[in-house]
Amino acid sequence: MARFDPYENNGGTCVAVAGDGYCVVAADTRLSVGYSILSRDQSKISELADKCVLASSGFQGDIKALQKNLAAKELVYEHNHNKKMSCPAMAQLLSNTLYYKRFFPYYTFNVLGGLDSQGKGCVFTYDAVGSYERTGYSAQGTGAKLIMPVLDNQLKSPSPLLLPAQDAVTPLSESDAVDLVKDVFASATERDIYTGDKLEIVVINSSGIHRECIELRKD
Amino acid sequence: MMKLDMSALETQFGAPAGEDGGLLFDVDGAAMPAMEFPNCPDFDRFQAKTKDMVKNKRGTTTLAFIFDKGVIVAADSRASMGGYISSQTVRKIIEINPYMLGTMAGGAADCQFWHRNLGTKCRLHELANKRRISVTGASKLLANILYSYRGMGLSIGTMIAGWDEKGPGLYYVDSEGARLKGNRFSVGSGSLYAYSVLDEGYRFKMSVEEAGELARRAIYHATFRDGASGGCVSVYHVGPDGWKKLSGDDVGELHYQYYPVQKTPVEQEMTDASTS
Repeated sequence: MARFDPYENNGGTCVAVAGDGYCVVAADTRLSVGYSILSRDQSKISELADKCVLASSGFQGDIKALQKNLAAKELVYEHNHNKKMSCPAMAQLLSNTLYYKRFFPYYTFNVLGGLDSQGKGCVFTYDAVGSYERTGYSAQGTGAKLIMPVLDNQLKSPSPLLLPAQDAVTPLSESDAVDLVKDVFASATERDIYTGDKLEIVVINSSGIHRECIELRKD
Repeated sequence: MMKLDMSALETQFGAPAGEDGGLLFDVDGAAMPAMEFPNCPDFDRFQAKTKDMVKNKRGTTTLAFIFDKGVIVAADSRASMGGYISSQTVRKIIEINPYMLGTMAGGAADCQFWHRNLGTKCRLHELANKRRISVTGASKLLANILYSYRGMGLSIGTMIAGWDEKGPGLYYVDSEGARLKGNRFSVGSGSLYAYSVLDEGYRFKMSVEEAGELARRAIYHATFRDGASGGCVSVYHVGPDGWKKLSGDDVGELHYQYYPVQKTPVEQEMTDASTS
C-alpha cells in the first residue's frame, strides 16, 4: 500500500538575536539529505520587508513555498495599504499562514527578526504549526539544542511575565551580538552534522539591512 | 472524500475569517484557500506521523476557580517540544477582552489560533448586538468550533473565565467537544498535582489575596512534580470591573520562599567559629 510520505528534513540551523535598535538574523547554508550534502550554498533567509527578515530551517520544499507565499502576501499588503508590513504584523501573518496548514503542516522551523514600529529589535519564534512568541533571541533547527543553552547563558533576562516587572539586562551592542552569533555557529558546527559550510548573517538596523557571509567548517 | 464543516471559519459577512492573514474581510485579489487537507488514502496515519515528526509545543498546568469575590485564573509558562523546553515565557492566560480570560493547555498553536479567533468573534458579537457577550456565549462559540473539528487531532484544553451580567462564570472547553460549567477546574499535564493542593485549600469565602496565594501554591506544586510545567506562575483575578493580574513569580524563587534552606548544625558551627 503506497504511503504518503511528502516530507524530509534538510537540516540546518537559524538564530536571531534582538537588541536596542538592531536585530541579527543568521542561518547556515548547508542543505543535506540523510548523510549526504546536496548544497553548501543554499540560503535559508528571506527578506520579507525592509525591517523584517525570516530564517527557516526544516524541509526545503516547504521553506521555499512558505517564503514565496509570505512575500506575495506582503506585496498585496503593500498595494492595499501603501506601506510595507511591520515586523509584528508579519509575525501574525506567518502564524496564520502556518496554522492554515494545520492538517498538512509546513515542515519548517522559523525565526522572524526585525525592528518593531518603535525601532526596537524584535525576534519571533515559531513551531511548525504557527504557535508564536516574541522573545529577545531564539534558535531553531537541528543545531538549536546546542545553541539555545549558550544564548540563555549570555542573554537571558528576567521573564516578561514577572510582576512587579523587572528590567531586562542591558542588551549587547550590535557588534557583540554579531560576534556571539558567529561563536555559537562555530560551536554548533563542531557537534551537529547538518550545520556548517557557510554562515549568512543579516543585520537589520535603522540604516537598513546589511549582509555578511563567513565560512564555517565544511566537514 | 469526507466533507468537512468549514463554517466555523466563516464570519457573518461570508468571507472566511483570518483570510489574508489576520484581516477579516476579503481584500481584492488576495483570496486564501480554506484549510488544506492532504490528498492521501490514510488521513489518520498521516496525522499521527506528522504529529510525531513535528512535535508541536504543548504541556502545561492551568487552573481556575470561582469564589465569592470573582474568579481566580492561574497558569505556568513552560512550553515543551517533545523533551525540549522550547520556552519558559509563554503567555498561557489569554486576554479575550477586558472582562474575560481564556487559558491555554495542550497544543500551543491550536490554543493561540482558536483563542484569537474567539476574541474576534466576541468583538463582532459586541458590535452586532451592542452588548458584551456572556461567558456562556463565548464558551459555546468556542465549543461548537472545536466540536466540528473533533477527531482531527486538535489538542486544546481551555477554560473560559469571566464576569458578565450573571456574575462570575467559568467553563471548561476541550478539543473532544466537551463544555462543562463548574466552580473549580485544573487542566494540563500537571493538573493532578494542582488539584490536590487546590481542593485541600479551597473555601468559597476567601479574600482576593488568599485566593491568589492558593492558586500560586497549587501551580507551584504542579511545576515541582511535573516536568512539562515550569517557568513563571501568573495569577489573575476577574472581578466585576474586569480582570487584573495579581502576581507573576518565578517558580525557582517560589520554591525557596515555601521551603527555605535549613542550615544543618555543622554549617552553623562553622560560621560561629569564623566570627569568634
